[in-house]
Amino acid sequence: MTEKKFKVEKTYEEINARIKAGEAVVVTAEEMVGIVKEHGAEEAARKVDVVTTGTFSPMCSSGAIINFGHSNPTIKASRVWFNNVMAYAGLAAVDVYFGAAEVAEDDPLNKVFTGSFRYGGGHVIEDLVAGKKVKMRAIGYGTDCYPATEFEKEVTLADLPYAMLLNPRNCYQNYNCAINLSDKTIYTYMGTLLPKGKNANYCSAGELSPLFNDPLYKTIGMGTRIFLGGGIGYVSWQGTQHNPAVPRLDNDTPKKPAGTLMLQGDMKQMSDKWLKGISMQGYGTTLAVGVGIPIPILNEEMAAYTGVSNDDLVTQVVDYSYDYSHQVARNYGEVSYAQLNTGEIEVNGQKVRTAPLSSIVKAREIARILKEWIEKGDFLLAKPVHQIPDK
Amino acid sequence: MNTKIYVLHFPKETGDKPIICELVKKYDVDFNILKATILPGNDGLMVLELTGHRSNVKKALEFLQNYGVKIEPISTIIRRDDSHCIQCGACTGICPTHALYLDRTDMSVLFDPDKCTGCGLCVAVCPVRAMEVALGQDIVSEA
Ligand code: SF4
Ligand code: SF4
Repeated sequence: MTEKKFKVEKTYEEINARIKAGEAVVVTAEEMVGIVKEHGAEEAARKVDVVTTGTFSPMCSSGAIINFGHSNPTIKASRVWFNNVMAYAGLAAVDVYFGAAEVAEDDPLNKVFTGSFRYGGGHVIEDLVAGKKVKMRAIGYGTDCYPATEFEKEVTLADLPYAMLLNPRNCYQNYNCAINLSDKTIYTYMGTLLPKGKNANYCSAGELSPLFNDPLYKTIGMGTRIFLGGGIGYVSWQGTQHNPAVPRLDNDTPKKPAGTLMLQGDMKQMSDKWLKGISMQGYGTTLAVGVGIPIPILNEEMAAYTGVSNDDLVTQVVDYSYDYSHQVARNYGEVSYAQLNTGEIEVNGQKVRTAPLSSIVKAREIARILKEWIEKGDFLLAKPVHQIPDK
Repeated sequence: MNTKIYVLHFPKETGDKPIICELVKKYDVDFNILKATILPGNDGLMVLELTGHRSNVKKALEFLQNYGVKIEPISTIIRRDDSHCIQCGACTGICPTHALYLDRTDMSVLFDPDKCTGCGLCVAVCPVRAMEVALGQDIVSEA
C-alpha cells in the first residue's frame, strides 16, 4: 500500500503534545465548515489541530453490562430484572446485560394500539446514571456453591461493583429520511408518520455527526477515545450492520446508511443529561445517547473531510409503510441535510413537512463540551489500534 | 375571524341551563365542543373552540363569566417541561398549528402556547413526555 503524500502532516503525538501544552487549536465541526470555506483545506489543516463532532439521538442497540456483586448467601442468577425490565443473565453468576429496547414486563405493549411504552431498558439506564434507586430482582435454580434461589433489593449505580454502557451499534453514518405513502398513520422507530406523505422524519446531526466528518474511518477506529453519555468512552469495534460498501458522493460521504460504531464506557462517569430513556409511540423503548468524537486534523484530507456542510451531505427518502418493512430497495428521491433542515422537501412533486429526531442543539453542545475538555488538556486523542473496515 | 380554544369550568348550578345554545344565538359565534365531562361534585368541564369576530368572542366569554363559568385559554393546559425536552424536533412534524416549531437559525425547538389548540398530538409523540397536559386529568389526550 502506498501512503498518500500530503502537504501538511501531523502525528497524533504532535497533536497530543500541543494539547498538553494548552496550545492545540480545537474547533467544532460546524466551525470547521466556515474555516475550510474561507482558507481552503490545506491552510485549515495548518491552523486547526482537532475538530470535535457530536450527536444526540435515539440509538437502538444500546445497553448495559452490570455485575451486581455477590449476595449472602450467594446466587447464580438465571433471571434478573431491574425495575421489572428483564436482563439477560446467561453470562455468569452475577453478570447481566440488558438492552435499551427491552420493555418492562407489565407493559401492555401494542395490545391496545398504539402502545405508549413508558418504561424500558433505556429508562433503567437513565435512572441509574441519574443516581436513582432501582429495584432489582434475581432468581436462580440453586447450586451447592450458589444456594440462594432468589433475592430482591434496591440498588443505585454507586452500589454496583461494575456498570458499563456497551452499545453494539451507535453513531449511524447517515440515516433514511422516512415517509409514509399509505393512507393511514403509521407509528415507527422513525416517529409518527402521517398518511399520504404529509410529513418526513430524518435522524442525523448532519455536519456535526461523527462519521460524516471521517467518512472512510481514517481516524475513528478501535480504541478512539470519545465523549460518551457525559463521560469518557471508547470505540471498541465497528458496530453491527456496519456497511461501508454503499454509494458515496465525491466527498466520500455515503448517500445512505453506512458505517456504525460499537461504543463502550464506564457508566459511573455518565449523566442522565446525555442518556435519556425514549418511548416511541406504537414502537417501543430505546435510549437517546450523547456521543462526541474528536477528529485529529492530520493533513489536508482530514481538513477537507471535516469541512463538509449540510449542503454536501445527502440521504434518501424511503417509504416506511411498505418498502422498508418488505425490504423493497426503492427511494423517493435524494435530499440534502440543508434541504431537510429548512423544514420542507419535495417528494413526488408534493411539498412535505420535515422534522428531525436527532437534536442539533444537543449535538452542538456535545461538540462544545468536548472542545473544552481538549482545550483544558484533560482529554488526549487516542490513535486507533486497528481500522474499522472501509469496504 | 378568530378561532381559539378555551377550557370552561362550569359550577354545578349551571348544569341544567342551555348556556352554550344561548351563547351561539346571542353572539353569532361558531363553536365546536372538543370535550365535555362532569367532574366529581357535579362541576362541568368543557373544552370549547370558539370562532367568530374578536369582539363577539369577547362578549361571549363575558356572558359565560356572568354565569360563574371560569375560563382558561387552552395554552395554560398544554405546557412543555423544558427541563425534560431534549430538543429533538420530533413534535414539530405533527403539530398542526406550528405551535411547536424549529428556529431554523440554530435548530432549537420552540413552543408558542398562543398557537396551541390543545389537540394533544404532541403528548404521545414526544419521546421523553416533555409535553404535559395540566389540570390533573387527561382532558385532551385520552378519549
Ligand atoms: S397540543 Fe396540538 S397544537 Fe398544541 S403544541 Fe401539541 S400538537 Fe401542537
Ligand atoms: S418531541 Fe418532545 S423532546 Fe422533542 S423537541 Fe418536541 S417537546 Fe422536546
